[in-house]
Amino acid sequence: MDLSLTTRQEGTHTVVVVGGEIDVYTAPKLREQLIDLVSAGSYHLVVDMEGVEFLDSTGLGVLVGGLKRVRAHEGSLHLVCTQERILKIFRITGLTKVFPIHSSVEEALAARD
Amino acid sequence: MPTVELHFAALPGHVRTARMIATAVSRRAGVPAGAVDEIKLAVGEACARAVRVNRRSNPEALVRVALTDAPETFTVIVSDSGAPGDEVAPGPDGGLISAPALLDLGDAAALGSAALTAPGLDGDPDADQPFPPGLGLALIEGLVDEVAVRRGTDGTGTVVEMTWHTGEPPDDSDLDSAAYAALAAEIAGSARREA
Repeated sequence: MDLSLTTRQEGTHTVVVVGGEIDVYTAPKLREQLIDLVSAGSYHLVVDMEGVEFLDSTGLGVLVGGLKRVRAHEGSLHLVCTQERILKIFRITGLTKVFPIHSSVEEALAARD
Repeated sequence: MPTVELHFAALPGHVRTARMIATAVSRRAGVPAGAVDEIKLAVGEACARAVRVNRRSNPEALVRVALTDAPETFTVIVSDSGAPGDEVAPGPDGGLISAPALLDLGDAAALGSAALTAPGLDGDPDADQPFPPGLGLALIEGLVDEVAVRRGTDGTGTVVEMTWHTGEPPDDSDLDSAAYAALAAEIAGSARREA
């Protein structure tokens, strides 16, 4: 299954809803989306990963790249993820210490940056 | 004796195909669902790495994957045709050092710090591809029960051998249920004492 991407504005935050597989093949699409958002002035991002079926190290790299971009503008990037198999990937790589991970979009939006 | 062997051209799009085959073969072998997810991801990482190495060192060479289903293990061997040092740091004697040593994965804390200090976190924002080359190996290390990284038998290329223990030795589950029963008895005992 391919990557699906939709974005919506929630106050000061932009929610990026990602679905499908984020891998070496589809990750460039997510990277472009994140670059476009930051270029357009969206510095507070919430990436909703509840619909993600597969994530590999390329996908992790794109998320880290997005985090670096928003940080350069003193922004934030929060993740929404409750799927154990995806959370495990963040734990194995130590990235749970890098990304704030929430169990719902509402919780992510309420988080203090 | 591999049950399935796959050779594919070093094209990123084929990594997904290899992943699907690994998923299908492991499912057919009766591997538990959680381990199938691990196999799918680890095989994808190993193949993506092999594709990158071959494209740089030997673009015409095929990436080779062998999937072997044994009674209590499932083994996947991914081989590239790269040159010494490709994405696996050469050891003092010019040979390979293991993925854990490469990534300083001695313990869980080191794993976390390795990712935190990885190049790409603080560097050029456009340099997030790949992030970092060793990240795929770090994931493999975390997903696979036994991983060995070695030089190919002909002296070129790198072989990543990944083994999952899929068998469920009855002794273990007996031990678990016995331990659980002991714990339950202890909790019940302390509850009675409190009451």
